[in-house]
Amino acid sequence: MTRSANPATIAFMRESGKRSMRRTLRALRLVGLMGAVCALPGCISVKAPDKPIVIELNINIKQEVVYRLAGDAAQTIDKNAGIF
Amino acid sequence: MTRIVHKTLAGLALAGLIAAALPGVALAQARDPAYAAARAAGQVGEKMDGYLGYVTPPSPALRAVIEDINIKRKAVYADKAKANSATVEEYALTSACLLISQTKPGEKYQAPDGSWQTRGAGAPMRDARCP
Repeated sequence: MTRSANPATIAFMRESGKRSMRRTLRALRLVGLMGAVCALPGCISVKAPDKPIVIELNINIKQEVVYRLAGDAAQTIDKNAGIF
Repeated sequence: MTRIVHKTLAGLALAGLIAAALPGVALAQARDPAYAAARAAGQVGEKMDGYLGYVTPPSPALRAVIEDINIKRKAVYADKAKANSATVEEYALTSACLLISQTKPGEKYQAPDGSWQTRGAGAPMRDARCP
């Protein structure tokens, strides 16, 4: 007990107390800010999808184009066997 | 004297050209052994965009081989797409449909959801637009 009465220790405790107080205040301010933002209408909430994400590659490519090219592509693959 | 030297040099150059062209011809017929081995081991697979992808992180040597093949594929796709009045992507996607169908059981391919799949005995999972 007598040891903790060391003026240096008291000063340190006071200082660290101030620091943690400041930190708490900052955290509170941040929470308040977030609350204020999300209280606004049109707040975007991000939810994890429950279905697997399907990558729609080249949405613009139409099935008829794929059908038209299939014959030629098959020949190309056969002729360039080394890279396929 | 200079004439003879010139002729000899020209002959040597021609021989060099033929020698350089020969492995290229052979490569057009058969797969690079490193690529064939990686494909059989399931390290690389057919992507749904018409190019090869890595199922597991590749060694620098394997990466070089696969990148080279993908560059050559793109050149072929671009050439053929132009001849067929299509885009490179259209031709590549069409090729992917066929290439995924042609995978052998045990080889890897990319399903429409982007996941790597091992080809089984049945039909592979392909893009809805595939013929």
